[in-house]
Amino acid sequence: MKAVITVIGKDRVGIIAAVSTILADCNVNILDISQTIMREFFTMIMLVDISKATISFTELAEKLEKKGKELALSIRIQHEDIFNSMHRI
Amino acid sequence: MINPFEILETIKMIQEENLDIRTITMGISLRDCCDSDERVACAKIYDKITRLAANLVKVGEDIEREYGIPIVNKRIAVTPVSIIAESRDTADYVKFAETMDRAAEAVGVNFIGGYSALVHKGYTNGDRRLIASIPEALSTTKRVCSSVNVATTKSGINMDAVREMGFVIKKAAELTASEGALACAKLVVFANAPEDNPFMAGAFHGIGEPECVINVGVSGPGVVKCALEKVRGADLGVVAETIKKTAFKITRVGQLVAQEASKRLGVQFGIVDLSLAPTPAMGDSVAHILEEMGLEKCGTHGTIAALALLNDAVKKGGAMASSYVGGLSGAFIPVSEDAGMIEAVQSGALSVEKLEAMTCVCSVGLDMIVVPGDASAETISAIIADEMAIGVVNSKTTAVRIIPALGKKEGEIVEFGGLLGRGPVMRLNRFSSKTFIERGGRIPAPIHSLKN
Repeated sequence: MKAVITVIGKDRVGIIAAVSTILADCNVNILDISQTIMREFFTMIMLVDISKATISFTELAEKLEKKGKELALSIRIQHEDIFNSMHRI
Repeated sequence: MINPFEILETIKMIQEENLDIRTITMGISLRDCCDSDERVACAKIYDKITRLAANLVKVGEDIEREYGIPIVNKRIAVTPVSIIAESRDTADYVKFAETMDRAAEAVGVNFIGGYSALVHKGYTNGDRRLIASIPEALSTTKRVCSSVNVATTKSGINMDAVREMGFVIKKAAELTASEGALACAKLVVFANAPEDNPFMAGAFHGIGEPECVINVGVSGPGVVKCALEKVRGADLGVVAETIKKTAFKITRVGQLVAQEASKRLGVQFGIVDLSLAPTPAMGDSVAHILEEMGLEKCGTHGTIAALALLNDAVKKGGAMASSYVGGLSGAFIPVSEDAGMIEAVQSGALSVEKLEAMTCVCSVGLDMIVVPGDASAETISAIIADEMAIGVVNSKTTAVRIIPALGKKEGEIVEFGGLLGRGPVMRLNRFSSKTFIERGGRIPAPIHSLKN
């Protein structure tokens, strides 16, 4: 299963490192990363493969959310199908 | 990969514009629960509901987490109880409502619909007993919702039932006077009631429905309003096109959630209901969409045209996005559940008469309207009769969910709390309809119902 992680917030050192460390620890493979600064906000979007993850989706979501709180960022993980169904026919 | 702008658009819809799935409703047939012994019947009903809906809330929450889309309500609709309880010749139908209430509590849903009767052409004995028990059933239970279909385009309007419903509503209001006549918020009177409507309080599992089914209701007035903010000044063709595209996107999410829920629960997928359902939260109002189109206040001249455009564009966009569309499918205009509607009433822009006219071009009817407590039962019946006539003649669903606020006068506010919101008491016509309502009988089906 593929999921999309979005990180939105004020830019700072170590955002990608923090998120990718969690992913590596949980055996989640990063397939694609794009990042941009939109209206002064750091926006990172990652496509990840969670089919071999060592923890459940809920646990991963909670870990990311917790890290987001520490870094004062919003970090979300969502099944990619919500984006596919909304934007692709 | 989906491009970043599309991903951020979806996230913005959910986080800032209140996009959500309003309800996953499981329809459950209770037709195999009939028994001449009411204890046996109630035990069967309880077992069946708690067995089939055991995982409904969990599956809803799982989907919510994985897809990152709020699913506000998980609910249950059952076969009209008048049919199920009919084998038992008892005056005490309230036991059935209590059973539904307990079953709903056990599986963790906040509402269960189907304490209902279909009497558009006349009453059976069971219908009569069920309708008489509605005030007590709704005032002694928390989660049970009731609906009565009193008219269809095919059979006309059962004016005896219309008359009785005026008294039933008044009684329900009296029994729950201390809670702002809350029982009336759980009671809907219908013309052309849909059998697969996932929205409360009018949901029931129609007799043509399968054993068990998943119906999903989407929402998203805030998303439509925000999309329209980007086309200010453009002509109404552009407005319609923008709504259509937005409705398409919203409904695609509904379709995804419906399919996923149906797969995980092992239950047939029924329909997606394309309704734009508002909530009292700011930024989640249908009235504000109409105002975004250029009306100073919802209810002023031009409101019907704006609403007609909105309703049609929502359907056109939504119909393309879902494989099966059903339920009510249109814009909802409940007064107490929509911040913009409440403001419109309080500012004097929106009257009951205008709301009636609005129901000619949108999906439901007079919904969550608070009226003075001294309105007579006949006046309430007459309001129902008007709304039923609109539905019957226009071959559409109309409904009345009206709340007589005992001891309250025009302009005062009744607080319901939660999704039911707060309603200003509206002005009614002060002239009597008593003699008309007392005639009873049946208004024949309109000529254009003779299509065969």
